Amino acid sequence: MSLLRITSPHAHGPLSTTRVMQTVLLATLPGVAALAWFFGPGVLVNIAVTSFFAIAFEAAALKLRGRPVLRTLDDHSAVVTATLLAIALPPYSPWWLLAVGAAAAILLAKQLYGGLGYNPFNPAMVGYVVLLISFPVQMTTWAAPRGLTAELPGLLDALRACFDPASFDGATMATPLDLLRQNSDQSLAALYEATPQLGAWGGVGWQWVSLGFLAGGLWMLYRGIFTWHAPVAMLAALAAMAALFYDGGGPGSGGSPLFHLLSGATMFGAFFIVTDPVTSAVSTRGRLVYGALIGVLIYLIRTRGNYPDAVAFAVLIMNFAAPFIDYYTQPRSYGHARGGRP
Amino acid sequence: MSEHVYRDLSLNGLWKNNPALVQLLGLCPLLAVTASVVNALGLAAATLFVLVCSNTAVSLIRNVVSDAVRLPAFVMIIASAVTCTELLMQAYAYELYQILGIFLPLITTNCVILGRADGYASKNPLGRSVFDGAMMGLGFGVVLVLLGALRELFGTGALFADMDLLFGPAAASWKIVLVEGYQPFLLAILPPGAFIFTGLLIALKHRIDSGIERRAAARREAPVRGSKRVRVTGTIS
Repeated sequence: MSLLRITSPHAHGPLSTTRVMQTVLLATLPGVAALAWFFGPGVLVNIAVTSFFAIAFEAAALKLRGRPVLRTLDDHSAVVTATLLAIALPPYSPWWLLAVGAAAAILLAKQLYGGLGYNPFNPAMVGYVVLLISFPVQMTTWAAPRGLTAELPGLLDALRACFDPASFDGATMATPLDLLRQNSDQSLAALYEATPQLGAWGGVGWQWVSLGFLAGGLWMLYRGIFTWHAPVAMLAALAAMAALFYDGGGPGSGGSPLFHLLSGATMFGAFFIVTDPVTSAVSTRGRLVYGALIGVLIYLIRTRGNYPDAVAFAVLIMNFAAPFIDYYTQPRSYGHARGGRP
Repeated sequence: MSEHVYRDLSLNGLWKNNPALVQLLGLCPLLAVTASVVNALGLAAATLFVLVCSNTAVSLIRNVVSDAVRLPAFVMIIASAVTCTELLMQAYAYELYQILGIFLPLITTNCVILGRADGYASKNPLGRSVFDGAMMGLGFGVVLVLLGALRELFGTGALFADMDLLFGPAAASWKIVLVEGYQPFLLAILPPGAFIFTGLLIALKHRIDSGIERRAAARREAPVRGSKRVRVTGTIS
């Protein structure tokens, strides 16, 4: 019997940044495909244009900072930030909105703090919040989903919407979370009766978009891009909060747990935003706390705040708290007493 | 000698020890009212006036007031100056007075003013104290107006809107619209924008300072021809 002998080292090289970023980009595919199917090709134009601006800003900032431009751009992190931002933005956004978002994400949130790995806040979410606060009208008009509008815009319409916004006239509709936020005095049954957007689980189109991002997230989990702690804690906390306040559908009940899990940016946030290794807590216990508090905040802001969705705000607030959480959840190092401060 | 003092005073107030960019004093009005040039200019003028008045009065009484009661006395002087300013603004720029609102009386608590009164005017003769007050007020005001201009420009795409509040009806036409059909960028006008733009201005000042520093260092370290190395380790026998 001859054993196959392999000499050391037996350890595999860790994933490089470029590989991780490529995996994240691939993992967005199912969700993006669902978005493009239900809301038309606007999201694809969003991604392309935002990526272009993000790369341009990143290159300019790197040049100004005297860093190697091409070698740094090669890590794909600017494209990932741009893609995540573009997915969060409403489809058929005008080009200047995308440019301002990319500038806020890349220049303000990332390069000003020192580039990849030094940013305390998630760049894509900073870009999103800057836009949401600055341009509330453009940021809260979402396209009508397939099946509820006579005709979805084609690729040419999407390009026109981006570069010549005045000539584009698309059908828009309140999102399921908008509806729930604005009609909190009605019972859920009446609301489901009155509005076609509210589908079986999370709203027409939205449930499949959410499931798409869930699939992409699970694949990344399988590939070992992140650990399960933060996303699972976030989803569990959000579902628990929803279950706690849900009374079967009376006025002000805030939607069922399933509705909250499958609407808006819940799944996208859980697997693509909360798992950001730079801005989240580091220790495993810390990630559980970090994710759970994001879930609680999302529910509170969704049902009690002024904005219909809350993933970006919740994530940014917890980005602030991540160092604090890390301080109190330091794992015991080998040989040190339990409970003793290092 | 005395010329030197005045040069240092102006350099300190306007640049090296700028109240807004270096001492970071008086941030509350700095962040709150700089949403447009006219607001910033109004508050800058009021602050400058109060600063000069209080420095004058404090310097005059500096040898009479005992140490134990100096702070209440200074605050009283500042409060009187602020009240005068308020009444003047009510009389001559009533709309602006209403826009500035609570931030006008709050000049009383502006740390720049008490800081200069206690830190400089209470120890120095009249002329220098007045000059120091004017320079510090100018330094603060320039930053205020610059911030107001930046925020108004990015926020609304125009400059010098509503200047008639301060300069009378003739100034109503001073508004310059730089970008037609500009989509208002609310973040620049809201308080977070004030923080971001202040941070950028501070960064810009550091950048200029480090550039000056580098050039000065390059001049200083010009190699001296024919210099000899000196042995610094071991024993010299």
